[in-house]
Amino acid sequence: MSDYQNPRSPESSHREVGHREQHGTLETFPDPGLPEHKSRMADRDPQAAKRGERQVALLFGISVIGTIASMVVYFALPPDGTTSGVRLSTLSLGLGIAFALLGIGFGAVHWAKVLMSDHEKVDERHPVASDAETRAVAVQELEAGVKDSGIARRGVLKGAVISALALFPLTIAVPLVSSVGGDWNVSKFKHTLWRSGTRLAIDPSGRPIRAADVTIGSVVHVIPDVSEEERQSHEWITEKSKAVVLLVRLDPRDIVSTQAPQGEDWAYDGIVAYSKICTHVGCPVALYEQQTHHLLCPCHQSTFDVADSCKVVFGPAKRPLPQLPITVDDEGYLVAQSDFHEPVGPSFWERLK
Amino acid sequence: MKALAARRHHRFAPVVLLLLALLVTGGVYAALAPTPANAETASTEDIETGQKLFQANCATCHGPNAEGTESAPSLVGVGAASVDFQVSTGRMPMQMDGPQALQKPRQFDEEQTAQLAAYVASLGVGPTIPTDEQVDASQGDIANGAALFRTNCAMCHNAVGAGGALSEGKFAPPLWDVSERNIYQAMLTGPQSMPVFNDATVTPEEKRDIIAYLVEQRDGSAGGLSLGSLGPVSEGLWAWIVGMGLLIGAAVWIGAKSS
Repeated sequence: MSDYQNPRSPESSHREVGHREQHGTLETFPDPGLPEHKSRMADRDPQAAKRGERQVALLFGISVIGTIASMVVYFALPPDGTTSGVRLSTLSLGLGIAFALLGIGFGAVHWAKVLMSDHEKVDERHPVASDAETRAVAVQELEAGVKDSGIARRGVLKGAVISALALFPLTIAVPLVSSVGGDWNVSKFKHTLWRSGTRLAIDPSGRPIRAADVTIGSVVHVIPDVSEEERQSHEWITEKSKAVVLLVRLDPRDIVSTQAPQGEDWAYDGIVAYSKICTHVGCPVALYEQQTHHLLCPCHQSTFDVADSCKVVFGPAKRPLPQLPITVDDEGYLVAQSDFHEPVGPSFWERLK
Repeated sequence: MKALAARRHHRFAPVVLLLLALLVTGGVYAALAPTPANAETASTEDIETGQKLFQANCATCHGPNAEGTESAPSLVGVGAASVDFQVSTGRMPMQMDGPQALQKPRQFDEEQTAQLAAYVASLGVGPTIPTDEQVDASQGDIANGAALFRTNCAMCHNAVGAGGALSEGKFAPPLWDVSERNIYQAMLTGPQSMPVFNDATVTPEEKRDIIAYLVEQRDGSAGGLSLGSLGPVSEGLWAWIVGMGLLIGAAVWIGAKSS
């Protein structure tokens, strides 16, 4: 046992703590107790106390200056409508308020640390459970309440209160659960607005595209050509998010392959159209590198080779981007031959059913 | 001079020398910096001078008649806009082989660039250098420009034109310092990895709207420090390293005993 006696916890040094088995023998060591109290500079040296006081005063002073500065800024630099004016106004106002608040906070903490009393106190824990008498009284009160309500005798009331409590959660649960399964129609994932003969139009202006207008190396972000009312409708944003297409014109000699089956032609004179929705998790794939014909997804760097059926050449995507079969109509506008031949976007359970 | 010589070993001497050197370099650059080119009127003489410049500086890679070689594309039909973009931004002549030609101080002055452009334009019909009116941001519709930029450009160049990475060391450069004329030419000609946005897919008016949107971005963000406008990467770095670091530091300070 150690001779060290801590004045604040006299019995702690007699207690044996930290039993630990080491190499088969029990090793014990005494409770070291609380560390010795060290007095602060400010307690020993009046000069240091004076210095501490000045520091605290300085911190509160900074707060005062911050407040005054923010008031001055508020009236002198109102946001004038320009970007730089708004930035200057909010930034200087914010800095003023920041110094005003930080000055108070740091000043208060510094005051407490340096100048206020530093007596260390120990709060002993008390047991969590109440004493036996209190518990007995509580049980008695509860029993008296049950007896008073007569719930054991009055069967109807018992049933009524249980029914009421059991049924109430339905008012929350039913709307929640029913909206989860509001739409189980997964077939809409398999179809888009593209139909045979739908013209390809430029996003966002909606101008239809002539094949002759697309020069080699061009990229056009494409939406189906629908009426203006349809584009203002509620469903348009959902439909657009499935139907968006990236149109690219390559030198026909550069095209290695397309997804068209034997005997069909899904491209038109080097113009190919692929779904813009990544087959990984559905980001819009649109970073097209003209020289390598690579198409990158900005989210997870999946890379597709536009010249070679949009096969995945890098990244987490597993399937090529679906190709939209295109051709031209009598007036020279690009049109779809049909809808996509597979669901666009990421996988889902019923995809192949 | 004697006083100077005596102080040459002073510990601030390197700093002073460095500042002087920077000042001189900056001054000389400012004096010699070229003003934007405009190749409107090309005479036969210009074309001939352009041809000589071409043969001396570009023919090694692009071939003696700009017909292209193994290492560089043909320039027949690329037009004056393409030459003006590549040469006035210093991307061409290329300094060295790499993932992409980098922007650097231009090697030809305004007149020489115009002569080169006139020569290449004489080889075949191609996009011409836009007029001042075509690139006048004050005539553009900023809101429409923003919509067009989000659809066609933002995936590579970032939503506010901060630029971004492509594959294998290539990148889409930031657009804040690019001149209006160069933005127009880049859309029109599709330099390097960038696709072409010709006048049918993005009309000249729409190009001007996009320029107006980009010019508006030069003022920066109204929200203070934009952290490069790079989104979650730089913002997360600041929140986790700087923000959390400061909070932990404050907590340690509050908990530490006064000495």
